[in-house]
Amino acid sequence: MTHAIELLDVRKSFGKTEIIRGTSLAVNAGERVAIIGPNGAGKSTLFNLISGRFGLTSGEIKLNGERIDGLKPYEVNRRGLARSFQVSNLFVRLSVFENIRCAVLWSLGYRYAFWKFLADLTDANERAEEVLRMIRLDRRRDVLAMNLTYAEQRALEIGITIAGGASVILLDEPTAGMSKSETQRFVQLIREVTAGKTLLTVEHDMGVVFGLADKIAVLVYGEVLAYDEPEAVRANPRVQEAYLGSVSADHAAGH
Amino acid sequence: MAAHSFRFKPWNVGRWLIWGLFALGLAVAPLLWQSGFALTMLSQIGIAIVACLAYNVLLGQGGMLSFGHAVYSGLGSFLAIHTLNMASAGQLALPVSLVPLVGGVAGLFFAALLGYVTTKKAGTTFAMITLGIGELVWSMSLMLPEFFGGEGGVTGNRVVGKPLLGISFGPQIQVYYLIAVYCFVCTVAMFAVTRTPLGRMLNAVRDNPERVEFIGYSTQRVRFIAFMISGFFAGIAGGLGALNFEIVTAEVVGAARSGAYLLFVFLGGATFFFGPIIGAVLMVVALVLLSEWTKAWLLYLGLIFLFMVMYAPGGVASLIMMNLRVAAYGKLRRLWVAYLALAGTSLGVLGGIAVMIEMVYHVQLNPALGPQMTLLGATLDARGLDSWFGAAFVVLISGALFELTRRSFQRQWGDVQEEIEREIKRREALT
Repeated sequence: MTHAIELLDVRKSFGKTEIIRGTSLAVNAGERVAIIGPNGAGKSTLFNLISGRFGLTSGEIKLNGERIDGLKPYEVNRRGLARSFQVSNLFVRLSVFENIRCAVLWSLGYRYAFWKFLADLTDANERAEEVLRMIRLDRRRDVLAMNLTYAEQRALEIGITIAGGASVILLDEPTAGMSKSETQRFVQLIREVTAGKTLLTVEHDMGVVFGLADKIAVLVYGEVLAYDEPEAVRANPRVQEAYLGSVSADHAAGH
Repeated sequence: MAAHSFRFKPWNVGRWLIWGLFALGLAVAPLLWQSGFALTMLSQIGIAIVACLAYNVLLGQGGMLSFGHAVYSGLGSFLAIHTLNMASAGQLALPVSLVPLVGGVAGLFFAALLGYVTTKKAGTTFAMITLGIGELVWSMSLMLPEFFGGEGGVTGNRVVGKPLLGISFGPQIQVYYLIAVYCFVCTVAMFAVTRTPLGRMLNAVRDNPERVEFIGYSTQRVRFIAFMISGFFAGIAGGLGALNFEIVTAEVVGAARSGAYLLFVFLGGATFFFGPIIGAVLMVVALVLLSEWTKAWLLYLGLIFLFMVMYAPGGVASLIMMNLRVAAYGKLRRLWVAYLALAGTSLGVLGGIAVMIEMVYHVQLNPALGPQMTLLGATLDARGLDSWFGAAFVVLISGALFELTRRSFQRQWGDVQEEIEREIKRREALT
């Protein structure tokens, strides 16, 4: 069986420092995987490698069985993988609607067309409106992205990521900087918009991780320490020692 | 999803009205200003509009700061004038009215060739490469006199063959209308491009090139196609210039011309589609009229540019749009008095400074004529203490008054904006 996404002994060095030290990970289609680990473990770097932002030093990355390492980000995206960013990465001088519409254009085959009017692209416009409703920004349709509140910007960030209909979604700390109540609503939203898709997410909030993920991968110093179902990971003594214990303690202390 | 949703497409009255007015303006302008000098200026404005709009495809819509866009309009000019000369010599059967298109194709060709290199990079690197290519082409113009015509340039004659339907393109008015038609069509075409997938992705590349790569688009490809579109229209402007002047010299590919595009597109306002049109009018007025009036015109231009960058970085177009917004909420009436006061006091400052600048220029450049000079009908003694004292007095007083009115205006403006924000919030809550 081919995996939706598969990493084989992936390594990445910046200069002499090896950040990712032989990571292997296989995610089945439709699974939700949370990647956790202490700061500097290489979680974001891993996302950057998968999405094509950085090249690998060695190893292989496969998307639905096809090699995608060495491809440009837009080529990876065209093969059905989309990602979000830790810091909102929006088209700030375009309206919310335009942000989403930009994100659906390629997937609907409009490429670099300058002989078709956007207003006539019924499918693109309807898809954009649909995504707006999904991320609950339909009432903010014509507001410039830069004028949105923080939580709305995070929602738009997710909207841009899922709009193109990619089958594999990478979310880099989607709830970073949100309040407790916002986070809860947001997790629900993520569940909805990624239904039926393969989801990889980097997350610090353990509540989110255990609420959202089918499987958890624990990354410590560029290596996968454990990759299993939440309860098994929680019970894993090595994980507790390396990472989870301290965070759980933080968590219990109301962090 | 409602698949059978009823789509109501209203006939966009506002848009038809604006385009109609634009066409009408182009058509009747030479009837309003009938002198030969006015006609020359109008022709140049028509050309400049195409060139500035083409430049703004890069600057305003794509966020690409080019320091060498005269390369594409200029090479378009040269190819056009050589084509015209071939047509004159009977080697080529091409109607004169299509010569600007040859310029456009030349612009497109060179933009494809050179733009492939330039658009590989964005930001500062892009700007530096365009500067380098600009210098390269400029130095080539000195090295290849066969093509660029050396110091004298290449001359041509736009009257080729027998007149068709009485149109020979000999009289300036006929050339003006040719320019007007090209100007209108090119403007419509460039506006249309802004409303296509490529046009929108170009805005996206301007705002956030990194993210564009993660939604399936190659930023380099988007920039490259936009660069070619821009080069095509710049080339058309160049071809029109060749027909209009019947001479093309090396300065059309020079850095000064590239700088003028940048400066006036910025002054007109790069953030709005129509901004460069205003910029083009200002460009011709400054380069033709202002340079006619005073030797110090570049100094004035620099001062104006400085103040625009400091106080209205969005250019004239953004000033207009901000006030239209205020007007749309019916609050412009409250600002009238402040505007009058601002205009009056700034005119005072400008007048005083202008008198001093002109006196310096008179003393430095015309020593043979003696200290007496006339300025706007008044006779001044450029070496006299009283005229210097008077000018300085005017500057100081009106400067102080200007600062006072500016402060109160800023307060008023802030109040008005706040009220508008509240009004928007209120309307949002209602829906």
